[in-house]
Amino acid sequence: MNSMPKHGPNNGAAQAIPITLTINGEVRRLTVEPWTSLLDLLRDGLDLTGTKKGCDHGQCGACTVLIDDRRVNSCLTLAVMKDGASITTIEGLADDDALHPMQDAFIEHDAFQCGYCTAGQICSAVGLMKEGRAHSSAEIRELMSGNLCRCGCYVNIVAAIEQVLGQDDSGIKEAAE
Amino acid sequence: MNRFSYARPTDVAEAVREVGSDPTARFIAGGTNLIDLMKYNVERPNRLVDITRLPLTSIDKADGGGLRIGALVPNADLAYDPAVVEKYPLLADAILAGASPQLRNMASTGGNLLQRTRCLYFYDTGTPCNKREPGSGCSAIGGVNRIHAILGTSDKCIATHPSDMCVALAALDAKVHVVGPAGERTIPMADFHRLPGDQPERDTNLGPQELIVAVELPDEDFSRNYSYLKLRDRLSYAFALVSVAAALRVDGGKVSQARIALGGVAHKPWRDTSAEDLLVGKPAEGAVFRMAADHILRDAKGFGHNDFKIDLARRAIVRALSQAAAGTPQTQTDKRIQ
Repeated sequence: MNSMPKHGPNNGAAQAIPITLTINGEVRRLTVEPWTSLLDLLRDGLDLTGTKKGCDHGQCGACTVLIDDRRVNSCLTLAVMKDGASITTIEGLADDDALHPMQDAFIEHDAFQCGYCTAGQICSAVGLMKEGRAHSSAEIRELMSGNLCRCGCYVNIVAAIEQVLGQDDSGIKEAAE
Repeated sequence: MNRFSYARPTDVAEAVREVGSDPTARFIAGGTNLIDLMKYNVERPNRLVDITRLPLTSIDKADGGGLRIGALVPNADLAYDPAVVEKYPLLADAILAGASPQLRNMASTGGNLLQRTRCLYFYDTGTPCNKREPGSGCSAIGGVNRIHAILGTSDKCIATHPSDMCVALAALDAKVHVVGPAGERTIPMADFHRLPGDQPERDTNLGPQELIVAVELPDEDFSRNYSYLKLRDRLSYAFALVSVAAALRVDGGKVSQARIALGGVAHKPWRDTSAEDLLVGKPAEGAVFRMAADHILRDAKGFGHNDFKIDLARRAIVRALSQAAAGTPQTQTDKRIQ
């Protein structure tokens, strides 16, 4: 059947566009083609390969980063649209050599096997903390459902997040089950 | 993904002009559906008009007491907005039943209305699809059609509309405010999406250059007896096989007002006001709800793999109405049905 529709005229589309992003606290003046996803910019343009490309279609969460402190799928984000925004990736969570508490908790609870989804899981969990809407393990599970783990480490992921939320001021109630 | 040019207007009139500059141009806001479709070469715009800098980001009291939701309000912000949670919890629940936290942080109110079908043939450019390429045929009829429609189908298309939010908006009688080259107009939710008929390539009655600027909820309170019940292949982060938005007003055990809309079963949120009329004045109980469900599904038709949806929808309608009547809405956290 039809397979690839025809290319339309480009209208000078190959124009790269200057943008400014603050990435992990550092102001970066960049030039991007409009079709570059934030994920591809991070990995291929800036060598920040901690953020992973899983499905590239918003179905797995491996590419999760924080934009202005909100967790999003960087694979479905055009970099050019985020001009002026502040991006935090897994590389930006640690405070110098001190890991973020969520990173420590993932290690302590053995919350990964192959590790491919882990950067996305941790960034998503940090986003979850900032949202402040998870108050039970059931709510953690539901509000982490955007991050798949093919190794099936969910039980330990929930335990790690629960521990960090429990240390937080917001506290956490026992799961109402 | 194809190459495209990019514009970032800062006011609505400029955005409408920009999108008129090229027939393939598209508005982009959250991008969660459009960029995905572009990666599959289903959408190939020559120009993207980024509307995220337009002043359409607030939730305000509407003239007449309802709520006016700016088109750029993210799904997450809408679901957790205190006014929505208090007065329109059916909408909040429907939004939280959909997608993932990341996607809800990104996706906009207007974009949710304009989601395209998740029919696998629509996404697969190697197969015929009348919605993607008019006149090429429908691969789902006679194909793998477990997720497809049972109501309002045509011999051209049996795709479903994927939104949860829109099912609640239909039940709540929302209105869609749009702006185009000819000015502003308002489209009732019931008339916003279309049935496939002979033109399945048209999902909505929005004009080619029209921009959704707001969604308005009327000043009606269904915050006591409501439920959004979504049934799917896993408990979270999956599209509905069948969903039901049910809202009732019950006086002395009898239904005084009823709203029922279904998702996952048709090319648009399926609302049948004749079934709602049937409920009025009758006891809020199972036998009455079963009668309403049978009425809604009187013309339902399966296509093989999706035959199960007819009985699933019947049971879901009864369950959702029962939950609404009891004032025990389906929880969107632990979704096991008690």
